[in-house]
Amino acid sequence: MGKIRTPYLLLLPGFGFLFVFFILPILNLAQTSTQTPVGGGDTGQYEQTFRFQNYIDAFVENKEQFGRSFVYALIATFLALAISYPLAYAIAFKSGKYKNFFLVLVVAPFFTSFLLRTVAWKQILGEEGFVVPTLRSVGIISDSTTLTSTAFAVVMGMTYNFLPFMTLPLFASIDRIDPRTLEASGDLYANGFTTFRKVTLPLSMPGVVAGTLLTFIPAAGDYVNAAILGSPNTKMIGNVIESRYFKIVDYPTAAALSFTLMAAILILVTVYIRKAGTEELV
Amino acid sequence: MSFDASSARGDLILTRITKEYGDFKAVDDLSLTIPKGSFFALLGPSGCGKTTTLRMIAGLEEPTVGSIHLGPTDITTTKPYQRPINTVFQNYALFPHLTIFENIAFGLRRRGIKDVDAEVNKVLNLVELPHLAGRKPTQLSGGQQQRIALARAIVNRPALLLLDEPLGALDLKLRRQMQIELKWIQKEVGLTFVHVTHDQEEAMTMADTIAVMNEGKIEQMGSPADLYDDPETAFVANFLGQSNLIKGTISGNDGDSLIADVFGQKISLPKNRSHAVDNSIYVGIRPEKFRISLLNTPVNGNVLTGGRIEDVSYIGVSTQYQVEMPWGQELMVFEQNDDGVAPFNKGDAVNISWAPVFTFALRGDEDVTAGSEVNPEVLDEE
Repeated sequence: MGKIRTPYLLLLPGFGFLFVFFILPILNLAQTSTQTPVGGGDTGQYEQTFRFQNYIDAFVENKEQFGRSFVYALIATFLALAISYPLAYAIAFKSGKYKNFFLVLVVAPFFTSFLLRTVAWKQILGEEGFVVPTLRSVGIISDSTTLTSTAFAVVMGMTYNFLPFMTLPLFASIDRIDPRTLEASGDLYANGFTTFRKVTLPLSMPGVVAGTLLTFIPAAGDYVNAAILGSPNTKMIGNVIESRYFKIVDYPTAAALSFTLMAAILILVTVYIRKAGTEELV
Repeated sequence: MSFDASSARGDLILTRITKEYGDFKAVDDLSLTIPKGSFFALLGPSGCGKTTTLRMIAGLEEPTVGSIHLGPTDITTTKPYQRPINTVFQNYALFPHLTIFENIAFGLRRRGIKDVDAEVNKVLNLVELPHLAGRKPTQLSGGQQQRIALARAIVNRPALLLLDEPLGALDLKLRRQMQIELKWIQKEVGLTFVHVTHDQEEAMTMADTIAVMNEGKIEQMGSPADLYDDPETAFVANFLGQSNLIKGTISGNDGDSLIADVFGQKISLPKNRSHAVDNSIYVGIRPEKFRISLLNTPVNGNVLTGGRIEDVSYIGVSTQYQVEMPWGQELMVFEQNDDGVAPFNKGDAVNISWAPVFTFALRGDEDVTAGSEVNPEVLDEE
């Protein structure tokens, strides 16, 4: 008897925590999402009327921000993948005894607050930073062009902030590849590029899938980068939810938007995993 | 590519190859010719340079000095994928994401061969595993993976097939079975096989020619029988089977034979089996060539008297004795249990005799322990 009960006892703290801090808030959020303002009541007073029209209103009103969220998140994910893959490959296969040192460097940004690092990007891309004057002097951007408060800055910030989430799963996946399978590929008449296409990339697909998900999901819901590095024209859905909650005190719309975002991400992720066919991979 | 190396054919010729890693010479001024169509074994203990040699032939390493030719074509710096050479890797290195069929088809597809299906099925039948075509490598046993790795290489009909300790991961019984199969397949497909191993029995079972390597050099090369019956160095005498090496001095000449003095007793040995440079020699006799007899029994051939049996181990097919000689050395004697005579007992006073033709002689300045303290069962980690 004791042996059967032990695993459940071990799960209890985790379940308890998730119940109080995840299940209950979700249920609370769900019931908030269909509320309507109390007639003649104060700002922020709502009553349950099961108005599902809230969802449609919220979506129609903010579909531009929804679209922008997914486009920005997608671009940031692609950029992060393009930067991380060679990086993870080099750390896994070429860094020798410095492997752990480089991994620490990848994680090092986490030693500083997410907010501070994003604010730092504002400095880097600002008029006083070195990037803008340099680009202006070589004529890549005109003297009137600025980089802050642009979509470019928001996407760059997101790419930077989520880079470790892409690099680490990619590294884990590439590091597991037996280098002898790459030698075998060369032995069997595949040149470097073909070996990458036919052996390295397929074998690292679990890392690609995990990394892109870990980057795309938080990026789609992010509001910090758009708030600090963007302008009103680069608002993402996260910014809308934030302002509905804390500034306009429109809880039902904020809750409905949160659920819509969750559902959209869930559907996209499911389709993606089906397409990528992770169950086919070892 | 300035020329097409992929169609090169002929003998493999290594000319004065040296491979250095920093100060360490893994391969030291090695020259070697492997005739087309032969089953060639590179045999040696861990770290002797045999795997490095194989990797240079495959193109996975480049020699520091020296050249590699395949027939008339210089392939020293040719990329692995441009060489008509395929390898069966130590732990098979099958592609885990591909089916068995696609693993075998990999090389054919890269070379743009038309009839992939027929070629793959033919070689799957050769290794007797056609029913596994749709499986993934992880679903196969070690022995099956081994055969697929072989099939993946030979389907390309390379000028040269390299086998890097291919049987090292298999259990003893399966290994014996695969040795016979590999030999059969080599005859069947008629390719040149170069087999790297630390297992002397494996090399002797399969190879036409064995090169025994030690410290980056070839110690001796020849057929299994040549190496066993007429080793030229103490390393070969000890690494290939076991040997009794007894200190002696050449004291005379008798036609095709030499007369040697061994602690005051005269023996004779064939001149062509003496590798000594002066009168100081080690007389070598394999343990199974000795015969033991009680003191008063008349015997022919070479005789050493004054032995005393120190230890008797009965192991079924034979009985192994340790016989202490008057000069303090213990000799190993393996007697076949085929005469219905009860084994000798510990403490018996005996003579040891053997036919002179089975005697070989090594240089007197050799290290008699060379090759005997290496443990050939330790898996190669070069």
